[in-house]
This record gives sequence, structure tokens and C-alpha cells, in this order.
Amino acid sequence: MTFTIDVAFIIKAIIILLIFGITLLVAMYSTYGERKVAAFMQDRIGPNRAGPFGLLQPLADAVKMFFKEDFIPAQSSKWLFILGPCLSMLTALMTSAVIPFGDSIKYEAAPGKVWDVPVQAIDVNIGILYVFGVVSLGVYGIMVGGWASNNKFSLLGAIRAASQNISYEISMGLAIIAILMMTGSLSIRHIVEQQHGGNWNIFYQPLGFIIFITCAFAECNRTPFDLPECETELIGGYHTEYSSMKLGFYLFAEYINMFVSSAMISSLYFGGYNYPGMDWVQAQLIGSLGEIAGHNVATLIGFLVFFGKSLFFVFFYMWVRWTLPRFRYDQLMNLGWKGLIPLAIVNIVLTGGAILFLKPLVMSFLK
Amino acid sequence: MNFSNLFANLTPSTSIFYALSFLTILCGLMVVLAKNPIHSVLYLIATFFCLSGHYILLNAQFLAAVNIIVYAGAIMVLFLFVIMFLNLKKEDEESKTNLVKIAAMIVGGTLFLIFVAVLRKAQLGTYNPYSFDSQIGMVESLGEILYSDYLLPFELVSILFLVAMVGAVMLGRREAGDRHF
Repeated sequence: MTFTIDVAFIIKAIIILLIFGITLLVAMYSTYGERKVAAFMQDRIGPNRAGPFGLLQPLADAVKMFFKEDFIPAQSSKWLFILGPCLSMLTALMTSAVIPFGDSIKYEAAPGKVWDVPVQAIDVNIGILYVFGVVSLGVYGIMVGGWASNNKFSLLGAIRAASQNISYEISMGLAIIAILMMTGSLSIRHIVEQQHGGNWNIFYQPLGFIIFITCAFAECNRTPFDLPECETELIGGYHTEYSSMKLGFYLFAEYINMFVSSAMISSLYFGGYNYPGMDWVQAQLIGSLGEIAGHNVATLIGFLVFFGKSLFFVFFYMWVRWTLPRFRYDQLMNLGWKGLIPLAIVNIVLTGGAILFLKPLVMSFLK
Repeated sequence: MNFSNLFANLTPSTSIFYALSFLTILCGLMVVLAKNPIHSVLYLIATFFCLSGHYILLNAQFLAAVNIIVYAGAIMVLFLFVIMFLNLKKEDEESKTNLVKIAAMIVGGTLFLIFVAVLRKAQLGTYNPYSFDSQIGMVESLGEILYSDYLLPFELVSILFLVAMVGAVMLGRREAGDRHF
């Protein structure tokens, strides 16, 4: 193994660890953010005791979770009871692997030999399918946990959550198919690169975006689709019997899902790390800092822009939570099967028509 | 054949292949041997994961992802649904009579015999590692073949799926006067 491969390997390892850490950190501070946003919307102060502005509140929560009694019901199947939250956490964390967080980092391995390392854990050419596979597996954590609790409320909650997830997966997939038709690639990096220069997919796919974000809300079990948890009907839903950090894992997985889906929304529809005028900024930076350092600083700015977009959507999740009332279960199913799926199919047909007829027309007009 | 030699000459991909094959067969056996149907389903999901691992070893990433999405992600969830509802009250009830056991033995044994007979006579094709196209399992080449050489069968299968879907909706439809439950 030569020196150059080692450095590439180390940079890649650092990037993967950073992405992993950032995902966890954002999820952790989303719990704090959620409380602060809720407090702001209800004209309260929110957590302000632990640390300055209550910034240590997530840590205090985690410590509390760890020191609670870890209880396993007597009639439950023990291993599956433990497996449930683990699966939830695993599937939540796996998705961020294929999301491109930034352009690329350049470094000079030898004079005149520049290496380019993309800021992404893995760039697979089936990125979107990978995300889908992982999302469709997210159901198992809930179902296994709910069943293993040996409690009818847990089981009903699990069934409810699972049927909600698999219903909304379909229209989510159909909404993405329209994007695939436009870009002709399954790699998320390609999709982001094609939105360079203000060509964001939101302008071409407004309907697809609305379908996608609705389904993302349903997949994350967030308000207005937070039906798996329902005190008056189902007690705590699928995690009724859980306590201590196992419960913490379930709750935490929801926040990770929220961040990852926000990152997906911003990279599929809002140009990912692209921002208006990025070519000019990059040229200026390269001009003043030199080829390699300038490129890296420009990548850092792109990363921050991507981060800002994602955080905005995390905020959007919280905003919606305190704005909209929740659906009833039959309304949820009706919306999913009779509303969103036909709409998504119409969107596909419209996109196909636009690609076949409208695009040549506009092109010939521009010539 | 010297057994230690077999392990000394393994390349990384062959050792992964052997480990995966071992896991696949183990999970497949556990599907049959597990007492609890829920455990069976979970082992079956693990089997699908191992099979996807095999697809990735063959550089067929699309097939691997679709295998996970369709089988592990969709079909097995429905299996789990049904079994969870069926198994709610029962606790390991033995409902297998001797007649059922003997019938199962005969059916399974016959199937096994047929498999052995087929495999014994089969002419397994040899492949040339130098002329093998490593890109053959990629989405692009798969789509090209599917939409040019095999267009008609592909369309027919789609129609079959549509018919099955409409049939399922018709069967599950509430008749006039049925209770909501």
C-alpha cells in the first residue's frame, strides 16, 4: 500500500466519521430545537436550566435515559424485545451513507498529482434504491419491538405504524420516479450535480415535491401523521412497554430520520450543496487562495449551505407539528391510497409528456 | 484433497462468498427449524439479505437493491402482519398430526429427489473470467436489455401484475351491507 492511498483512505475515514457524528449531533440538538420551537410558538421560554440557554438539556436527557431502570416484560420474547430498538437505530443511521454532503476535497499527493475525494460516505450508482431499501426496512424495528412486547396496545400500535409506513412508501417512490426520469441516474450525487446553476428540481417538480414531503412526514411518524403514538387509543403505541435507553433509541431514531429525510429533500429538490452564484464564489476563492485551498473552502461553503437547507427542513417539521391538527386513521389511509398515489402517477405521466413534447418545443423555440 | 490448502488459497471475494453461503444456508435451515413462526419470518429476511450479498458479489447491484426492497421490505412485512395477527393468542400449539407429518415427508422427499436428479444431469456452463462483462448487472445494461430484447415479456408481466392487483382489490372490496367491523 502506497502513501497516497493511505491519505485518501484517512480522508475518507474522517469524512465518514464526521457524517456519522454530525447526523447524531443534529438529531441530539433537534430534541432541544423542538422544545425551543414549541416554546416559541406557544409563547413560553422552554428549557433554560441546564447550561447557557439550556444548551446542555439534550445531555441531561440522555443521562436521565441511561439511568432509568431497564425493564423487560416477563412474557415478552427477550431477544426480539432488544432487537427492535437496535433495528430502528441501525436503519435510521444507514441512510445518511449515500447522501452527498458536499462537493469534494482536493489535496496534492505529489507535485502535480491532485486527488479528489468526494464529501460523501459512498457514491453508489443505485443511491436512491439504497435509500428505499433502508427506509422499507425501518418498519421491522417497529414491528418486531411492538410484537415482542406481548401487549395488545403495542401490537396494535406497531401494526398501525407499519401499515402507515408501507402505504406512504409507494407514493414516495412514485414521486422520486419522476425525478429519475428527468435526471436519468439513480446516483444522488448525479442528481445534485444536475441541479447546478439554479436548476433546482423544485421548479420542475412542484407536485412531486409536495407528494414527497407529505410522505416523508408520514414515514417519520411526525404530526400530522403521528398516529402510531396515541394516548387515548393506544397508550404509547409500539413503545408502550419500553423504558430506559431502549425507549431513547426509538425516540432518537425518529429525530435521525427527520434529519436524514430533510437532507434527502434538500438534495433531491433543492439542489443539495448548490447555491446561486457558487461558480463566482469558487472562482474568487481560487483566485485569492490558490487552486487547492480555494476549492476546499468553496466545498466547505457548499457544505454549510447544504446544512442550512437541511436544518430549515428540520425546522419545517417542527413548525408543522405546532400548526396542523392530526389526521384520523381512515383519513390517513384515504389520503395515502386514494389521494397521493393517483396524484403521483399523474405526476409521472405529466413529466413524461413534458420530456417528450415540451422540452423539444422549448429547445427549438430557444434556438 | 488437503483441507488446509482449501483455506490457504482463498482470495477475499471467495472467502466472502463462502462466509455468505454458510450464512445463507444457516438462515435457510433456521427458517424451517425455528419453532416460532415469527422467528422463521425473521430468519427468512436474513436469508434475503444474504442473497442480496451474493448479488453484490456478482456486481448486480440493481438486483440486490430490488431484492431487498421487494422481498425483505414489502412481501415479508405482509407475512409478518398476517402471522402476528394469527399468533396473537396461541402459544406453541402442536397441531401437526402424524398424517400431516408423513404427507410433508413424502412431498419434501420427492422435491429433493427431483432437485438431485436435475442437478446430476445438468450441464453447468463454464464461464471465462477474461471475457466476462463486469458491467452486465448494472442498471443501464439491465434496462437496455429489458426494454429492447425482452420488451414483450416485460409488458405481459406488467399486465399480469395489473390483473392480479385489480383482482385483489375486487376480492377485498366490501359488499353492500357489510359491517365496518
